[in-house]
Amino acid sequence: MATVTTPTPWFLRRPKAKKGIWSWVTTVDHKRIGILYGYTAFIFFILGGLEALLIRAQLATPEAQVVSADLYNQLFTTHGVTMIFLVVMPLGAAFFNYFIPLMIGARDVAFPRLNALSYWLFLFGGLFLYSSWLLGGAPDGGWFGYAPLTTGAEFLPGDHRLDFYALGIQILGVASIVASVNFIVTILNMRAPGMKLLKMPVFIWMSLVVNFLLLFAMPVIAVALFFMTFDRTFEALFFDPTGGGDPILWQHLFWLFGHPEVYILILPAMGIVSEILPTFSRKPLFGYSFVVFSGAAIGFMGWGVWAHHMFTVGLGPAANAAFAVSTMFIAVPTGVKIFNWMATMAGGSLQFKTPMLFAVGFIAMFIIGGLSGVTHSIVPHDAQQQDTYYIVAHFHYVLFGGAIIGLFGGLYYWFPKIYGRLMDERLGKIHFWMMLIGFNMTFGPFHILGLKGMPRRYYTYQAGLGWEMWNMLSTIGAFLIAASTLVFMHNWMKSKRKGEIAGPDPWDGRTLEWSIPSPPPEYNFAEIPTVTERDDFWHRKYKEDKKGRPVPVPTGGADAEDEQHAEVAHDEGHGIHMPSPSYYPLVAALGMPVMAYAVVLQSWTLGVIGGIIALAGFYGWVLEPATAEDH
Amino acid sequence: MTTETSLEEHAHDHPSEFQYVKVAIFLGIVTALEVIVVYISALENLVIPILGVMMVVKFGAVAGYFMHLKFDSKIFRRFFVLGIVLAIAIFGIVLWTFTVADRLPGAAS
Amino acid sequence: MHDAAITEAGAHPDDAHVTYTGLDNVKMAMWAFLGSECLFFGALISAHLLYRNRTGDGPTRHDVYDIPYTSVSSFVLLMSSLTMVLALAAIQRGDQRRLRIWLMATALLGASFIGGQFFEFTEFVHSGLTIQTSPFGSSFFVLTGFHGAHVTIGILMLLSMYTLSRLGKLPSTDASKVEMVGLYWHFVDIVWIVIFTVVYLFP
Repeated sequence: MATVTTPTPWFLRRPKAKKGIWSWVTTVDHKRIGILYGYTAFIFFILGGLEALLIRAQLATPEAQVVSADLYNQLFTTHGVTMIFLVVMPLGAAFFNYFIPLMIGARDVAFPRLNALSYWLFLFGGLFLYSSWLLGGAPDGGWFGYAPLTTGAEFLPGDHRLDFYALGIQILGVASIVASVNFIVTILNMRAPGMKLLKMPVFIWMSLVVNFLLLFAMPVIAVALFFMTFDRTFEALFFDPTGGGDPILWQHLFWLFGHPEVYILILPAMGIVSEILPTFSRKPLFGYSFVVFSGAAIGFMGWGVWAHHMFTVGLGPAANAAFAVSTMFIAVPTGVKIFNWMATMAGGSLQFKTPMLFAVGFIAMFIIGGLSGVTHSIVPHDAQQQDTYYIVAHFHYVLFGGAIIGLFGGLYYWFPKIYGRLMDERLGKIHFWMMLIGFNMTFGPFHILGLKGMPRRYYTYQAGLGWEMWNMLSTIGAFLIAASTLVFMHNWMKSKRKGEIAGPDPWDGRTLEWSIPSPPPEYNFAEIPTVTERDDFWHRKYKEDKKGRPVPVPTGGADAEDEQHAEVAHDEGHGIHMPSPSYYPLVAALGMPVMAYAVVLQSWTLGVIGGIIALAGFYGWVLEPATAEDH
Repeated sequence: MTTETSLEEHAHDHPSEFQYVKVAIFLGIVTALEVIVVYISALENLVIPILGVMMVVKFGAVAGYFMHLKFDSKIFRRFFVLGIVLAIAIFGIVLWTFTVADRLPGAAS
Repeated sequence: MHDAAITEAGAHPDDAHVTYTGLDNVKMAMWAFLGSECLFFGALISAHLLYRNRTGDGPTRHDVYDIPYTSVSSFVLLMSSLTMVLALAAIQRGDQRRLRIWLMATALLGASFIGGQFFEFTEFVHSGLTIQTSPFGSSFFVLTGFHGAHVTIGILMLLSMYTLSRLGKLPSTDASKVEMVGLYWHFVDIVWIVIFTVVYLFP
């Protein structure tokens, strides 16, 4: 097509930087976006951890005065919101970003610029939420934000704290929906030829389930948060019982999102563990299809259990009984997974490298958390546990002992792929044992405290109730976790610079990401692989003897061919056109926090400015080609 | 590949413009009937089911013809149906719990 | 071997013509998004169902609804779906002039629907029903308001398509863009079909 070339004004010129900050700001490369997600989430992990340390310092002794009651409310709310929305979810997204394309044999995600948009929305949502600390205080209504406490001006008066909650999570929700659409299309459409659904790695399967959960759960919380915003800002009556509204509707909408959310948090870790265990047991995952189908079953059943968060609300015996039964049932697919993981290890030649330790730690901690979870499904039992530390113990065992430990395992497992160097094993093991011991010291006592009646969310307690020793123990444990995190950070920084060179396949891995150089070239695969087997890369390396033991394929076979691929990769991938960087995702994302501040400040002008910024970003985006013409 | 051939076939299945007009006229007529049903007082208890059926018919006509779901890949249909079924199921249960919620334990007698 | 073609597709992820399923990335994304929107409007509609009789001291729906009026604007939106498919058929035939006529017709029908909604809202406020009057008022205005916002975004997309075609930047090879706008537009229409029946007509 003949085009008239007119000189482009500077602000419309395509960003070209390949190095430096500007290249990160404009990147659409899924690996770089994954790294951005990871580092940002880790910074929030430190912030959320510091909040937790303040909480534990306050609770270490009876009637302490480390923080005020008001600050305490802000701390536990922000701690929860941070760990869920700004740490575990984006860490999951970091792994999705980096490894979904690598594991399915693709060069990028389906929509690279949409991917950048998700990241920027996540970052701006997080910054917006945290800006509340400087603008009159952080949200203080709990991460579940129960109405009418959070909507009635008479309860938490005169500030915008919960506006930051409602609008901040709203922005993060948009980021999640955008990302989920992107990953679903990527997994379904961008697979390498031959990778049928039941040949996909389990991590990919769990990612698919998680992204479907996000796709359908985030709009529900969006509506709930809109209602909250309308109640707070425009005096609507959705959750105001004095005006005829019903606060129970908030609880339904919140937990309709909130329970699938639990699986959104845990399934990525389950996927990671399902990759680590076979690799370090040198055996295929036991009962692949059972693990996959139980993951999908969890995804479906996760929609039918939300009211178990509301057993003490008074839904009536019929509803309570139904939800108790469905909650007991959902333990079944989870149990199936645990048995499959253990059977994977049984009879394998186990190598207890750091990632494997974290994977095994995940299983052990998750079993404890899962079992205490089943006790909540018994309605009268739950009535006793409601709002006590027993509940806090349960969800920390599944979300920290489960999700966080699993995600750390993933960081150790894939670090060599990302940076081309191995992490230090000795420091890794120190980190693992310190974190495991610290974790159990912190949250194990919560079970006992809960059964002894210590209520959640109270900023202090009196002496003589038999809680002192357990609280002190828990606080010491929390600082041990903090120390272990410092060990991890030291290990990370050190190994990045001086770690042992890993090579493409340090763990003798099973999936496609190990078939390409570490770190992967920008285009990932010089030649798109053709998949014939589940764990395709393993089958290229090994054949089985008559007893089913792996026997290496003689050199000169498939392996040598891979070496050649690696050679081709050094050729700067001529002829492969990757999508070009763009700053429009950043511009489009910037409109959202501006509009959110407009609602907080009730300024129409600011709202219009935000709208214009977003529109400008989207129009620039649509009008520029995904891949710039190179000259 | 099977998907490719089926896509080819479907290209010929595309409704013609005249068919679109017919669907639109049909939609207009059903809407008119809906309004008429509301004003027939004799129907009383049947109004909701009748209106419901007509709504579903209109919904199906737009989704099937205008949005091409009738002719397009099953995958697209599954995305949409999954969303609709999930929404009806969970929000149905939510509304149901409000109808039974007043019977609190102990307050029954 | 498909390899060459597939390498091509992998290299241009945004416009992959060859995908694993053989389906277009953008279209699949659009359907996933519409599936998500079902839950969005599902939540809004069920909140309204819960609150439709909770009118407090304010007007009830029988006091404010004007069924013949709303029927007309429903009909207008239904017909805009027809003009939308005709626009798509036009660009697939390569008929830019008809494409522009039908795009503009769709946008105008959408705009008259929005105008009608604006007038309706004003009427309701005059009869004493606002977002602050009762849960019925809150849920009614927020539900129909979000629907109206969706229509407005649709009109914006239609006008953008119109402008692109005017500038000669919407060749027939870009018919899928019009198709995507169409899917969105029909979805918004479908939601109104439900709202019209459930919110306005249900006794």
